[in-house]
Amino acid sequence: MASTAVLRKPVFSRRQLLERLWLIALQVLMTFLLVTFLVPTLWMISASLKASTEIFQHPITWIPRDPQWSNYVRVFQVIPLAKFAENTVIVVALSVIGTVISSVMVAYAFARIRWPGRDLFFSLLIATMMLPEVVTLIPRFIIFKHLGWIDTWLPLIVPYWCAGTALYVFLIQQFFRGIPMELEEAALIDGASRIRILTEILLPLCKPVIATVAVFALLQHYNSFLEPLIYINSMDKWTLALGIRSINDSNAANWELVFAAGTVMVAPIIALFLVAQRYFVQGIAMTGFGGR
Amino acid sequence: MAASTVMPRSRLPSRLKLREWAAGYFFAAPFIIGFLAFTAFPMLYSIWLSFHKWDLLSPPRFIGLQNFIKMIGDARANLSLYNSAYYTFIAVPFQLVISFSLALALTQKLKFRDLYRSGFYLPIIVPLVASAVVWQRVFHYEYGILNEALSWVGIPPQKWLFDVNLAKPAFIIMSFWMIGRQMVIFIAGLGNIPQSLYEAASIDGAGAFKRLLHITIPMMTPLIFYNMVIAIINSFQTFIPAKIMTDGGPENATLFVVLNIWQQGFQFFNMGYAAALSWELFVIIVGFTIAQFYLSNRWVYYEA
Repeated sequence: MASTAVLRKPVFSRRQLLERLWLIALQVLMTFLLVTFLVPTLWMISASLKASTEIFQHPITWIPRDPQWSNYVRVFQVIPLAKFAENTVIVVALSVIGTVISSVMVAYAFARIRWPGRDLFFSLLIATMMLPEVVTLIPRFIIFKHLGWIDTWLPLIVPYWCAGTALYVFLIQQFFRGIPMELEEAALIDGASRIRILTEILLPLCKPVIATVAVFALLQHYNSFLEPLIYINSMDKWTLALGIRSINDSNAANWELVFAAGTVMVAPIIALFLVAQRYFVQGIAMTGFGGR
Repeated sequence: MAASTVMPRSRLPSRLKLREWAAGYFFAAPFIIGFLAFTAFPMLYSIWLSFHKWDLLSPPRFIGLQNFIKMIGDARANLSLYNSAYYTFIAVPFQLVISFSLALALTQKLKFRDLYRSGFYLPIIVPLVASAVVWQRVFHYEYGILNEALSWVGIPPQKWLFDVNLAKPAFIIMSFWMIGRQMVIFIAGLGNIPQSLYEAASIDGAGAFKRLLHITIPMMTPLIFYNMVIAIINSFQTFIPAKIMTDGGPENATLFVVLNIWQQGFQFFNMGYAAALSWELFVIIVGFTIAQFYLSNRWVYYEA
């Protein structure tokens, strides 16, 4: 950016030379930082394949001398990791589907329909975006307890079928606003129902924002820890996040098992990131949101 | 459809309008129900709770303002506030400087920019529970990689999470690893600064440093402000790393506010007191946010 004003000359001027050196230095620095940022994750993967003797050894080895794939077999035996993964898939899938369906519906109501109270509820939606979650932590627990929902997945899923994350509604709503009204006015006059207009005309136009919302909701629910910690007691209903914490407590000395469990949890997310990177970056640029 | 064409013309609009209203409420119903059931009602309920003593076993007992009075003198609660404030106000400025610098670097003419960007971003998509179990060991006295790396430059090993004075700094260091979101926002913002401003400044003879100081930073103040507000709100609510890595120790050095509220509620079953504590946090966070918006008039540049 700083260099755009400089014109190309056949011979390097002093200034160009300095600029080249600066860029090379920056390139080296960035590479160093990149490696630093990746080290914790790579270390986890590397140590998950080591024998425990190799983990507790100086100097550190980065590539396991004799990869212990059996660590991954053991970790599935030590804790019911497969069950946790299955539970996580169910809970995350149901929450994400609910989030997308309800957020699209609500966004449609706010962006394209006139109804009394719309502005009031829209202000409330914005207000909930700013609301620190912790305020409703205790009362929600007691409410769910009265409903008999403790130790079920319902508290992790049902609120998200009610557009539980206001930010997503806001995002989709912004997107809907950008689509010309004439499209659906014509369809309405032709007698199309609102549901058909929404699913057949509007949805195909806003695939990118829906993909972004789905990816972020997936991350949010996959990473969720505090909610399952509070609501789920029985081990056979635990999610991966709770499983990792449990093996970290029960097998604190067996680093290779803890790291193997960690890698099992991280791998699908990294795979998703590599496939859907566009939506991650797009989403952040749009919202400033993602992870905590 | 057939029915409405038979209707007398004059009544058409109001009928259409009613149908539109009905459609509005139908599509907005998930939010309206969810807001009432999972936000509005819990908040009212939480106010009620904060005036009661309740362990969920015996019936709740009205105790007036006692929870709030207890809160003011509760050394543990005050320590948790101090810990969170310490963590927030040291970590956030550094986070902003690091993420802004990375964003600046990644908008220069470097090779592999996308690779760097993905690499710096990756840590925040790693589930925080998994990050926490790894970082717990990164900080390990004997076998952690941080002490290993420090030994290369001749710094003696530190006890980090077991040292009262280093536990919070350890959390702060870990937070520097998770600045990818801020960085991506800054990169997006840097791309939006009109190139003509830089060209004009170059013609006027401004060097790279002057352009940074007088163009880039002023133009980026709205995003710096935005990132700052979000980072402060999030840092005040740190929970997962503290729960996993230290459970508040050593000697409550990492007992952050939300962890304290969690313990009061779900370990000691002081539901009323925990509700009062969460209102305290609510007031602090909302207060800070409002104060920052107020102060922002003085330093944030908004294009008219």
